[in-house]
Amino acid sequence: MGGKSDIRLIDENGIRIDGRRRDEMRPVRIEAGVLKRADGSAYLEWGDNKVIAAVYGPREVHPKHLQETNRAIVQYYYAMAPFSVDDRKRPGPDRRSTEISKISAEALENVIFVEQFPRTTIDVYVTVLQASAGTRCAALTAASVAVADAGIPMRDLVAACAAGKVEDQVVLDLVKEEDNFGQADMPIAIVPKTGEIVLMQMDGHMTLDEIDEAMDMAIKACYDIYEIQKEALWKKYERLAEEEVV
Amino acid sequence: MAEEEAYVDKREESGGAEGSSSRIREIVLPGELVGEGLRAGMGTYREGSKVYASQVGIKSVRAGYVNVIPINGRYMPKVGDQVIGIITDVGPTYWMVDINSPYPAPLHVNEVPWKVEFGDTAKYLNIGDTVLVTVSNVDEVKHVQVSMLTQGQRRLNTGFLVEVTPSKVPRMIGKGGSMISMLKNLTHCRMFVGQNGRIWIDGEPDAMVVAAEAVGLIEREAHAFGLTERVKEFLESRMAELSSSAKESDGGEDGGR
Amino acid sequence: MRREIVSRLRKEYIASILAKGERMDGRRLDESRSINIQFNVTGSAEGSARVQIGKTDVIVGVKMGVGTPYPDSPESGVLSTNAELSPIAAPNFETGPPREDAIELARVTDRAIRESGAVDFDSLCITPGEEVWMLFIDIQPVDYDGNLFDAAEIGALAALMSAKIPYSRMEEGAEDKPLPVRCFPVSITAAKIGDSIVFDPNLDEEHLADARLTVGVDENGAVRAMQKGLSGGFTREEVGKIIRTAGVLGDERRRLLFEAAEEAGVPVPR
Repeated sequence: MGGKSDIRLIDENGIRIDGRRRDEMRPVRIEAGVLKRADGSAYLEWGDNKVIAAVYGPREVHPKHLQETNRAIVQYYYAMAPFSVDDRKRPGPDRRSTEISKISAEALENVIFVEQFPRTTIDVYVTVLQASAGTRCAALTAASVAVADAGIPMRDLVAACAAGKVEDQVVLDLVKEEDNFGQADMPIAIVPKTGEIVLMQMDGHMTLDEIDEAMDMAIKACYDIYEIQKEALWKKYERLAEEEVV
Repeated sequence: MAEEEAYVDKREESGGAEGSSSRIREIVLPGELVGEGLRAGMGTYREGSKVYASQVGIKSVRAGYVNVIPINGRYMPKVGDQVIGIITDVGPTYWMVDINSPYPAPLHVNEVPWKVEFGDTAKYLNIGDTVLVTVSNVDEVKHVQVSMLTQGQRRLNTGFLVEVTPSKVPRMIGKGGSMISMLKNLTHCRMFVGQNGRIWIDGEPDAMVVAAEAVGLIEREAHAFGLTERVKEFLESRMAELSSSAKESDGGEDGGR
Repeated sequence: MRREIVSRLRKEYIASILAKGERMDGRRLDESRSINIQFNVTGSAEGSARVQIGKTDVIVGVKMGVGTPYPDSPESGVLSTNAELSPIAAPNFETGPPREDAIELARVTDRAIRESGAVDFDSLCITPGEEVWMLFIDIQPVDYDGNLFDAAEIGALAALMSAKIPYSRMEEGAEDKPLPVRCFPVSITAAKIGDSIVFDPNLDEEHLADARLTVGVDENGAVRAMQKGLSGGFTREEVGKIIRTAGVLGDERRRLLFEAAEEAGVPVPR
């Protein structure tokens, strides 16, 4: 955030460097149930982001001292593949991924009926295979589909999207260059059924009015994401639902 | 088991009128409104007068309840369930049994049909052994215990084990046990369906393969209409193939066995 | 990695049909599962591939950067191979730094690539003694259904074939150039179960295996790397048989790799 760039990020017609309008999201594609070994899984492409999510559980907690007697814990592991970025990332967790994992686990915990599974863990693993800004939203969006695919009881899915500020204008779903040279980024996640915000971060500089506009934009986009999530689950399960009778 | 059959009934009824050109079972997703003013059954939750789905599943309304029969998910043990377990650890007075649920279940030496001296546990059951057990206790924080004292419970020494999604178990059993009886009769295999999704098959090697294939077919098409008929056709044609190839090879071997 | 406890019934059943020369999935003992190779699956890598052997699914990415050469080889590029057994791929894989299984997988893959001379390290020198290209191969299994060794190695080879040296990004030149690959070693793994030898073992078979042998063979039929694993042993004759069969299966798999490459527009040797 806040770097200097000679590139115009938004042109005089309001078109961004990847050809989108201010309030336009990158294309998102989700596939549910892509892995054999995991209890639930999803693959997601969001613009140039590619992520894969796997869910196990509820299952026994190791080490045991982490277990809670009256509910399941939700453990979320966000990781970036070494080849997901321009300069190879050293494998293993760092402070950034640990923080993203914590807030994403908390967002999912909001919708999962954890009290139905005392003394267990629900483990969510998301690996970013290719990164181009907005990976925490992409990861959480995929994770939420994978949790549903695992058959884990939940109030609703969680849908995520970011909005921010570039060249003094509020924009939706920042791409890598906008994230690097823009003025603000604000990822959020909501529970679509209630509209509650369950993940929110922001860095940069925005006025109160800009925050309002960015929130409206991001929340609206979350509802579009929600539809894509549901489509993905439908696509996997509809085959089971329907059958011609001769 | 009676309870399991009940939801098979519900599904048949919620399927729509017989004779229409196509029928749809309603798949619902978590957070989806499934009923108003109805009672919240399995796979659902209530907010005010509204009932929502909590799992991906098939909606079914019956007797004032709206249920969502889950398509996926782990097995959650209930007292009285007969399950197939695998021994994962041996202690001086108990065995630890994996029952394909989030909760490992101890089997105490007092709960087996043998007189076991302290420290002699491994002589009776060892790691990797397959056992047929009953869930004898589940407390409020899901401590689970299993027992082998009910009649017919034993170590399974021969045969083969396959696993299906636990929510498909009612379909494996069928209405009043119709599906599993048909599998057993047509393949001449001994079979047992554990509530935890593990299925034991024992019989002639080729027939076991056919039975396992039929289990796979039921799992894939658990929610399709006309499943029983399709499984029957499958079994009859596969078993016919087996007996004709057996005859051929018998002839070739100058009288056979 | 936590140990998976497998029902002895299942093991005994698999062993009993193996004794009759049959496998659970209907394959012959010396038959590989179907293989699917995709190239350039992630745009952020210099080269990448996704390999599915049956239900086993591995993504391999190649990253390149500029670094200092080792003092004892001042004119050679540097190769580093790493594997992460993420829990995405199997319920008993654990997070954390690579343990011995992951390290063995990475090193066996590394040897097949390095020792065969698949990559000409001398061509990766920029300024002798000062700057050379560093080549990182990262192996990321996403679904583990047995035989990660073969999937990782063919994935690494495919990722290298599709790699472009990032001259423009690293400001070392105007144009990116394909990474030259000179040799095409293919790893073939066999497992010994009782008295049977099976090739390309699936997960069930790996649970049962007493011994494992991975053989890397090149396109001229020469052996370029080997690794024996697990506590069981092979007879002299068994090893000979495995090496010979590996040559045949390796040729077949290399042909599939070249076909997939051709289809994806990745350069293939003539």
